[in-house]
Amino acid sequence: MTEPPEGSDAEPLHQLHHAYVKVLRISGALLAAPLVAAAAALEMALPTPPGLLLSVAVVVAALLLLRVPFRRYNARGYHFSEDRLRVVSGLLFRSDTVVPFGRVQHIDVAQGPLERAYGLATLTLHTAGTHNASVSLPGLLHADALAMRERIRARVKRDTM
Amino acid sequence: MTPVSVPRIRRSATAGHAAPRRTDRRSFLVASIAGLPRAVLPLAAVLYSTRDQPFGLATAILIAAGIIAFISGFAYLAWLRTTYCVGAADIRVETGIIARAARSVPFERIQDVSLQQSLIPRLFGLVEVRFETGAGGADELKLAYLSQTEGERLRELVRDRSDAIPAPAGTELIHEEREEVLFAMPPRRVLTFGMFEFSLALVAVLGGLAQQLDFLLPFGLWDLNGWQDRLAGQGAWLAGIGPAAQLVGAVAVLALLGTIGLLTGVARTAAREWGFVLTRNAKGFRRRRGLFTRTDVVMPVHRVQALSVRTGAVRQLWGWQSLSFITLAQDAGAASHTVAPFARHREIAPIIRAAGFEEAGDEAPWHRTSRLQARDAALARLLALAIPAAVLEVVLWLMPEVDSALFLALPAILGGAGVLLALHAWWNWHHRRYALTSRQLFHRHGRLSPALDIASRVKLQSVSLVQGPLARRHGYATLHLGVAGGRIAIPGLPVADALRLRGELLASMTATDFSELV
Repeated sequence: MTEPPEGSDAEPLHQLHHAYVKVLRISGALLAAPLVAAAAALEMALPTPPGLLLSVAVVVAALLLLRVPFRRYNARGYHFSEDRLRVVSGLLFRSDTVVPFGRVQHIDVAQGPLERAYGLATLTLHTAGTHNASVSLPGLLHADALAMRERIRARVKRDTM
Repeated sequence: MTPVSVPRIRRSATAGHAAPRRTDRRSFLVASIAGLPRAVLPLAAVLYSTRDQPFGLATAILIAAGIIAFISGFAYLAWLRTTYCVGAADIRVETGIIARAARSVPFERIQDVSLQQSLIPRLFGLVEVRFETGAGGADELKLAYLSQTEGERLRELVRDRSDAIPAPAGTELIHEEREEVLFAMPPRRVLTFGMFEFSLALVAVLGGLAQQLDFLLPFGLWDLNGWQDRLAGQGAWLAGIGPAAQLVGAVAVLALLGTIGLLTGVARTAAREWGFVLTRNAKGFRRRRGLFTRTDVVMPVHRVQALSVRTGAVRQLWGWQSLSFITLAQDAGAASHTVAPFARHREIAPIIRAAGFEEAGDEAPWHRTSRLQARDAALARLLALAIPAAVLEVVLWLMPEVDSALFLALPAILGGAGVLLALHAWWNWHHRRYALTSRQLFHRHGRLSPALDIASRVKLQSVSLVQGPLARRHGYATLHLGVAGGRIAIPGLPVADALRLRGELLASMTATDFSELV
C-alpha cells in the first residue's frame, strides 16, 4: 500500500504529517471503546461461551487501533503543484481528486480539538461543482496548511463567483 | 468588489444609491386574495359547528370578515415594511414587520433574473422578480410583486451591471426588439407532449382521498360484505354471465385508467408548457412558458456549464427529445433549465450551437468503457439477489409446512429480478460511449431512454477518479466531474484511459480562471 496508488499520475505523492496516524488512532479508540463496552455488556447478558464476544471485540478494537490508522495514513497523500492540488484517499474505495486553483471558490483551514493537540490542520477547498463541492485534505501541519492556503489564494485571481 | 463599468443608460433615477422603494401597491391585494383559501377551512368548521344555532350564519359571516381583515391587514403591513433599493453595486431588500431582515446581493453574483406570474398577480399585471444566485430555493432573493414594466426594467438593469458589457448608448428596453425565436411550442405540440406525459398521479390522489374521506361516502369503501351485497343485486347477473363479461369489465377499468392518466398528463403539461417560447437576444436566452403561472427566465449564454439531452423510452420512437442547460441557477427546484422540453433533433441542434456548444459528429472519437466493469456490475447485481434467493430456497426446503404460493415463488422472483438487473447492467455498458473533442466532453448512455451529456472542458470544476476494490483489481475507475449546477460521471473507464482523460481535461481547465468563465 505504500507504493503510489493505482491511478496516479507520474508525480510522487506527498505523505501527510506522521502525527496524523496518532489522530487517526485516537479517533479509532473513540470508536473502539463503545464497541468493547457493548461486547462486555452482551457477554454478561447472553449465554454465549465465555470470552467469545469480548475476544472478537478486542481483536476488532486492536485492528482499529493498530492496523487501520496506519493503512489509512498510507493510503492518503497529496500533490501540490503550480496550479492544482491532487488529493488521494481511501482504503477500500480509493478516490483521487484534482482541483485546479483556478476553480477554487474559497478555502478553509480548520482544526479539530485532536488536530490542535498535535498541531495539525485540515485544508478544505470549495468549488462551484455540485460533485466535489468541497475537497478536504486533513493531516497537514497547521503552518503548512496556512502556507498552502496563501499560495492557493495568490493563484485565485479574483474573489468572484 | 471590483469596479464595474456601468454603461451609461438613461436611468438617472436609479443610478448610485437610490431611495428605497416599495413593491407595487397592489401586492397587498394579491396577497389578501391569495390568503382567502386559508380562510375557507376555519369558516367551514364554524358553519358546521353553529349550524343549529339561531345566529349561526351571522356568526360565521362575522368570523369570516374577521379572518379576511386579519389576512389583509397582515398583507398590508408586510407590503408597507418591504422595501428594495438598487445601488451601484448591489440590490438590497429589507423585509419584516417587526424583526427586520436586510439582504444585499452584489450584481456580480446574480446568475439570472426571472419573472414569474401566477394567476392572480397576472390579473393585476404584476410579476414576481427572482434574483438567482445559485444559493437555491428559499435563500434566493425575490420581490413580490412589481409591475411588469418595473420587473423588466430591474432585470435589464441587473443584467447590464452584472455582465458589465458596455451596452450601446441609449439602451432602454430595446433588447427585446432584437430577439430571435429559437424554439417555440404551438398548442398542438404541447398537446402531443402531454400525451407522452402519461401520469397516474391523479388516480393515486383520488385513491388517497377516498381512503382519507371514506366517512363521507354513503357506503363503506372497504367493507367487503357491503360490496358483496351490492353486487348481489345488479352484480349477481354480471357474475352469472361468466368470464367474458369479467374480461370486458377489466378492459373497461384499464381503459378508464388509461384515459385518466392521459388526461392528467395533457392537463399538467399544458399548464406548465403552454405558450413555450425560447428566444435569444444579445445577452442570453429567454424562456417564457406557463398557462396559469407564466414564468419568464433569462439565462446568460456564458453561464451555461453543460448540456443534457434526454428522451424517454416511448417518445424516442417518434424522435422526440428534450434539451436542458446545466447552470448554477435553479429552475423551480431542478438544477437545470429545460430549454426545449419536447423537440425534434433538428430543432435542438440550433439551440446547442447558440449556447456555444457543438454536437459530436460521427467522426468524433467515440470510446467504450471497460468490459470488465460491465461483467463486475452484472455479477454483483446477479449475486446480490441470487444469494438471498438461494438462502430462501433452503429455508423453504427445511420448512415444508409453508405452502403459501407467494412464498414458494419468491426465490424464483428474486432470481429472475437478479438476472434482469444483470442484463440491464450489461446493456448499459453496451450502449455507453464517451468522446473528447478539442472543446467538449461527450457522454452518451442508456438505450431504453438514451441520454447525452455535453460538458464544456474549460468549465469543469474538478476531476476525480474513484475505485472500489473490484475496480482496482480489474483496472478501471469511475470519473466524476464537478460541474457547477450538475454532475457528470463516467463509470468503468480503463485506468489508462481515465488518466489520459483527466490529464487532458485538467490541461484545459487550468488554462482559464473561473472568473473568466462565469
